[in-house]
Amino acid sequence: MAKRVLLIEDEPNIIEAISFILSRDGWTVHTHEDGTSAMDKVLALPPDLIILDVMLPGRSGFDILRDLRATTETAEIPVMMLTARGQARDRELAERLGANHFMTKPFSNAEVRDHVRELMEAT
Amino acid sequence: MAIDPIIGSRIRDRRLDQEIRQADLAKVVGISASYLNLIEHNKRRIAGKLLADVAHALSVEPEQLSQGVNTSLLDQLHSAATNLSATVEVDRAEDMAVRYPGWTALIVAQSKQLAALHDRVQVLNDRMTYDPELAGSLHQVITAVTAVRSAASILVSGERIDADWQARFHRNIYDDSVRLAASSEALIRYLDTPDTDGPPQSAPVDEVETALAAVDYHISALERAGQVNIPKLVKDMTPRGDAAADLMTRFLQTYQADSTLMPLAQFAQSARDADYDPVALSHQFRAPVDSVLRRLSSLPASDGHLPMGLAVADASGAMLFRKPVSGFALPRAGAGCPLWPLFTAFGRPNQPIRAEVALPDATEQRFLCYAIATPVGAAGFDAPPVLHATMLIIPDPAQGTTEPIPAGVSCRICPRDGCAARREPSAMR
Repeated sequence: MAKRVLLIEDEPNIIEAISFILSRDGWTVHTHEDGTSAMDKVLALPPDLIILDVMLPGRSGFDILRDLRATTETAEIPVMMLTARGQARDRELAERLGANHFMTKPFSNAEVRDHVRELMEAT
Repeated sequence: MAIDPIIGSRIRDRRLDQEIRQADLAKVVGISASYLNLIEHNKRRIAGKLLADVAHALSVEPEQLSQGVNTSLLDQLHSAATNLSATVEVDRAEDMAVRYPGWTALIVAQSKQLAALHDRVQVLNDRMTYDPELAGSLHQVITAVTAVRSAASILVSGERIDADWQARFHRNIYDDSVRLAASSEALIRYLDTPDTDGPPQSAPVDEVETALAAVDYHISALERAGQVNIPKLVKDMTPRGDAAADLMTRFLQTYQADSTLMPLAQFAQSARDADYDPVALSHQFRAPVDSVLRRLSSLPASDGHLPMGLAVADASGAMLFRKPVSGFALPRAGAGCPLWPLFTAFGRPNQPIRAEVALPDATEQRFLCYAIATPVGAAGFDAPPVLHATMLIIPDPAQGTTEPIPAGVSCRICPRDGCAARREPSAMR
């Protein structure tokens, strides 16, 4: 059974593009657009890897990451953060909260695909 | 009287610079070479006519030998070295300033320019980080670019893609390009607003101080009898921001209250008659001492009054107001000397303090300081006391009546050893 990627992102065209790329690479891609209910989605699934945008409606990706790491069922799930803000302190905050990778928009499709492969192989 | 520790050294350096033999200079000014030798090694005092003759022979002003360099300039030179953490011969700073005043002024000017540029970068960086409108616009642009890039990369990858998916990605690219154009235009419109023409906005307190410095802290409009439209005055003086306007309004309201209590013509004459003694003026005008200190600082130097600086701080040490005066640098934030009467006044609220302060330079320039700490706001039981301290600074008092307090400007540029108030090591050694 293909491993599952949960993409938590609110931008429809980015969702479509990343879903397409990762599906072609053999992963099962689930998507979610809202920050407030993101944890419910994770717990219901649960995915093998999460791609998490920082700026989401309802709750920020940092808050969600904090909850993921504090919850037993989700603490070990690899998380790749996406952000349009490339500031050093955002990167540092993501690392402190336990992100496995931090990617700044605009990124290339190859970058996304390669890092997903890398993180999945490590699980 | 103590001998200036380096006046002889200055003469020697100047003489050697000009390749004049000691015996020749001694002959020109009518003293023996051995006596000049003692002077040059700071073992004999030199002043008056002999100093003037030596200065004339060396083609310099006597003050350049006797007083060295303007202490404010020296402070700024020290600050220039400290700001860049540069390893320089700080103990030779005065020597350099005396010998090469033009180059010294250039270093100071460049240091100020660097500081201004640093502030500008900081303001822009803060704006990029905290301005929600700018952050939002940039986020929209980057998001659209990301989506376009991803979809376009898929289409040009060379892999076989269903016609249906191709059509979707083409449509997405078109939609995103429209969105990108709109968000880019919004961004350009925003960056093109008058706010961003010219230099970026400074902090509100800086805007207020700049506006006040432009009129030498004397508000002529508030000195005349009759109604004054303070909101209009505020708008004229601080056109850029609400925060600065709020600060300026408070300043002008206080200024107006002080000037009503102590009308200019009468107060200016009384100040001269009382030799600028704030307590005597407080009794005469039945005015609070802190009001008198503020009022004295507003007397225009152009009318022949003493140059006077003013500092107001709260009990946390934050500077609320600064009117600088030559030689006494008032730091922008949190790095003043705790030995200033401004801060010791907090230990004795409502008690006027008069003290002389000597700053650490070659001449130990003295400043007469009057300070008082007073409560702010309405009194109330069990409420934490809120105090503001006000200090008037008068450079070079005519004659010292007490031993001056050996203070500094800030620890980083203060060379005094064994100071109980020291917070951090000095960069001056």
